[in-house]
Amino acid sequence: MKTIHVAELTQNIREMCIEANHCLTSDMDCALKNAVNTERSQLGKQILNQLQDNLRIAGDDRIPICQDTGMAVIFLEIGQDVHFEGGNLEEAVNEGVRQGYADGFLRKSVVKDPLIRENTRDNTPAVIHYEMTSGESVKITVAPKGFGSENMSRVFMLKPADGMEGVKNAILTAVKDAGPNACPPMVVGVGIGGTFEKCAIMAKKALTRPVDEHSAIPYVREMEEELLDRINRTGIGPGGLGGTTTALAVNINTYPTHIAGLPVAVNICCHVNRHAVRII
Amino acid sequence: MERYMNAPLTDEDAKSLHSGDYVYITGTIYTARDAAHLRMYEALDRNETLPLELAHNIIYYMGPSPAREGRPIGSAGPTTASRMDKYTPRLLDLGLKGMIGKGKRSDAVREAIVRNGAVYFAAVGGAGALLSKSIIASEVVAYDDLGTEAIRRLEVENFPVIVVIDAEGNNLYETAVREFGTI
Repeated sequence: MKTIHVAELTQNIREMCIEANHCLTSDMDCALKNAVNTERSQLGKQILNQLQDNLRIAGDDRIPICQDTGMAVIFLEIGQDVHFEGGNLEEAVNEGVRQGYADGFLRKSVVKDPLIRENTRDNTPAVIHYEMTSGESVKITVAPKGFGSENMSRVFMLKPADGMEGVKNAILTAVKDAGPNACPPMVVGVGIGGTFEKCAIMAKKALTRPVDEHSAIPYVREMEEELLDRINRTGIGPGGLGGTTTALAVNINTYPTHIAGLPVAVNICCHVNRHAVRII
Repeated sequence: MERYMNAPLTDEDAKSLHSGDYVYITGTIYTARDAAHLRMYEALDRNETLPLELAHNIIYYMGPSPAREGRPIGSAGPTTASRMDKYTPRLLDLGLKGMIGKGKRSDAVREAIVRNGAVYFAAVGGAGALLSKSIIASEVVAYDDLGTEAIRRLEVENFPVIVVIDAEGNNLYETAVREFGTI
């Protein structure tokens, strides 16, 4: 049994909100750098070079990479031998978000009610996904999500008869419909199986997998590779202004499902695919 | 083609731009996004004057992150333009000459752009740190209570944009994708 004071969680989440909004993970950095060399459109290359400049300025001058610093999505993978003390867990997480968005000069983009739409002015509440694991540590993933790309995400409740082709077509449809709105080059997170909500959460979590890693399941890996190739042949390109770099990765997660169903969720993320991960 | 242009835009300037042109804008532009557009629309319904002059002006669909001390603005990239489509034709018919955003526009917006000899520019989405460097001054001029969604007057210097929809109705998002698409 390990005891963790919730203030430790608050402090980490505060720092991670700021960190994620100012620098990308090394895999994303690397993928964006490589894209400059492989892009065939001149304008596309120019845009990808601007993204390089943008990342440099964001890091050097401490300006958020994108003004949409997102709604804070937080995955907490909590070892079952962990005991929290010092206060309520959810409040501690939101306090970390509150401090991070204030101290980091991040934009407050959350409204209290989806229809009344009054800004909460501190970017809380976060969207928190809890998962119980074995052991006595807590893995925290902070993934601020911008809504240009979130708005282009989709859930398809396919029929089992739609099969592999149906799934591929659903993913391609979502990407083509997103086009320039989702700030390509994008990262495409996909959840296949489970239930309506399970596939959506899997798709979200798929976005936090490094873009240079594939699924361990051989047929899923093949799908990821094939879909990335097909997406990059749509012509959408950087900024949607034409080119051969439309996506940097397709990350697919799967889960068992019902005999009657084939749910597919496609969570699209822009090139500012932000996440910070820590284990405490 | 590379162009350097002053804002506000003259009728001649707007009509001389072509889909695909890379334009550096210098001068005064205004920001407005979802909530400010709704308020302006409601103000027009009540026959009230708008807090900004529309004629010849450019609206930038943008809500910045807070400025650090000594800086005019925080991160300042474009937001998705299609959310403003509902309000845009009316503003164009009242003289609005240009819009800077990112993403697709509706047919009604494209028709209003052609009808009014206006132009829709894209700035690179997700490059808010870089774009902030071309903004030399920023001042809230209306709807301060909306926070990041307030209307701001910006002074910009060589602000980089690309013409997506020109006054003839050509649309770079459609033509460029056809040029590079192979499926």
